[in-house]
Amino acid sequence: MDKYFHSVRLDTSKCVGCMNCIKRCPTEAIRVRKGKAKMIHERCIDCGECIRVCPHHAKYAERESLTSIVNYKYRIALPAPALYGQFANLDDINIILNVLKRMGFDEVAEVSKGAELVSHATRKLMAAGAFRKPVISSACPVVCRLIRISFPELIPNVVNLNAPFEEAARLAREKAMKEHNLKAEDIGVFFITPCPAKITAIKQPLFGEKSNLDGAVAISDIYPVMLQQMKKVTEIENIQHSGRIGVGWAVSGGEASALLLDNSLHVDGIENVIKILEEIEDNKLNNVDFIELNACTEGCVGGCLTAENPYIAKNRLQTLKKYLPVACNRIGDDNVPHEMFWQKPLEELPVMRLSGNIVDAMRMMTDIKEIQKMLPNLDCGTCGAPSCKALAEDVVKGYASINDCIFMLRKQLDDSEMESLIPAPYRKEE
Amino acid sequence: MGELNFKYDVLKNDFTCAGEASGKIKRTLKDLGFDSNLIRNVAIAVYEGEINMVIHADGGVITCDISPEAITVVLDDKGPGIPDVDLAMQEGFSTAPDNVRQLGFGAGMGLPNIKKYADDMLIETQVGVGTKITLKFLVK
Ligand code: SF4
Ligand code: SF4
Repeated sequence: MDKYFHSVRLDTSKCVGCMNCIKRCPTEAIRVRKGKAKMIHERCIDCGECIRVCPHHAKYAERESLTSIVNYKYRIALPAPALYGQFANLDDINIILNVLKRMGFDEVAEVSKGAELVSHATRKLMAAGAFRKPVISSACPVVCRLIRISFPELIPNVVNLNAPFEEAARLAREKAMKEHNLKAEDIGVFFITPCPAKITAIKQPLFGEKSNLDGAVAISDIYPVMLQQMKKVTEIENIQHSGRIGVGWAVSGGEASALLLDNSLHVDGIENVIKILEEIEDNKLNNVDFIELNACTEGCVGGCLTAENPYIAKNRLQTLKKYLPVACNRIGDDNVPHEMFWQKPLEELPVMRLSGNIVDAMRMMTDIKEIQKMLPNLDCGTCGAPSCKALAEDVVKGYASINDCIFMLRKQLDDSEMESLIPAPYRKEE
Repeated sequence: MGELNFKYDVLKNDFTCAGEASGKIKRTLKDLGFDSNLIRNVAIAVYEGEINMVIHADGGVITCDISPEAITVVLDDKGPGIPDVDLAMQEGFSTAPDNVRQLGFGAGMGLPNIKKYADDMLIETQVGVGTKITLKFLVK
């Protein structure tokens, strides 16, 4: 597999090079070249902002189709709790789980079960003082990828437990092997995902050699099929087995409140997440015990592969949760089982620096400053870079030319005849 | 190999921009690929110093000189100056006005905290004129 696998992809045939995405990318990982967007793969953290913003739907998430599940003898669906908030007038989560079973899955294992186990394990570890404060959640893979490229100093603060979907998948596979006498490879475990980041986390896991999942199906793909099937369910088997704590993880604040702390914080939306990580780095939040971070607005209900508006989904979950017990799953009284921990630590990935050698980097920075002084600093994006500073960096790295800036190009041409070549908003004369 | 220098203006009582200079210095050091632990020490100390300038002084200038061996930050303010540096260096001492303290700033962590994160700190101050704090962070 590619060194940098990403679920977030570009359909070049649809891209018109409009520059909308380059400005929205939080890690400045996109440029426009030859009329098409181009991704700097090592910088991409799969946040999905470009998918959200592209008016031409040229950015998409590479994912499994629903039919791919037939490759396995025994199939397990792992619905993210965000799925429960997608349907109007639904008063029983069991309906969703039963519908999944009608769609070709032999078993349904709720991710919210895994969430309750992870919550319990985190409570135990925090009580034992296992992490540096403020403790930072690791459930959103975008946040983990962001920390490793931009905030490596905060790695010791991050909860080193597998995300709920990994935990739920591991337990579901073990159970199926035991109960149905199956081999591990006969079983296909599929996450019903709200986002591309989880797909990348399955294909190229950060914390172990191999994910416990075999693939992911997007909520937005399965949603229309589920709507059709819903009308047909007559008998409802009672298989739902998670409480308010587990289901609550779908919305920002759910993970934090599950820790039953007086002093926690939850932040959602990638720009807000970056700002709060800066504050943590500046030691401004040392008095806070736990910080939940979600890349998407309102948490996973805001994932870019969901079908419903995040606020509406959040409201529905609130109602659905009302009749649930607090929690239904806990780890035993002993220590946290070692299978719940990451197999390998989060490692710094210094892709944002100019060079691996400080002297070279300083020389480059000096050149960048010089070039920046020449550029108009309008950050207009016409050069294909998100800002004048980014263009200056690209020039110094040899990826772009200073004449990619339309204002610099103009300077090379004769003054009087060229005024009209300036884009209208920047013309000095009418 | 020469040095890289940066200069930032800090305005009195401007809490909307407070932290901008230290944030930019942090970003620059990250771009240059300095050790993340060193960057964090610089960020924490300079942020504290910057906030001090916003609260106590009439604004001032922050300069940052970067070389492969050391990072030197000078926080130079026009302001009341510090009458008793030894007292100001005691943990818990604060002269922040009450309205600012209620904002959570100026809890007395200022100078001692800055010193904790820098390898070297020099304070030059004159009552009624201003204070110049020179911080040095060594690249190990
Ligand atoms: S937003 Fe980006 S991907 Fe979409 S058309 Fe514009 S340049 Fe292409
Ligand atoms: S907040 Fe949830 S849906 Fe959004 S990227 Fe993170 S894990 Fe995926």
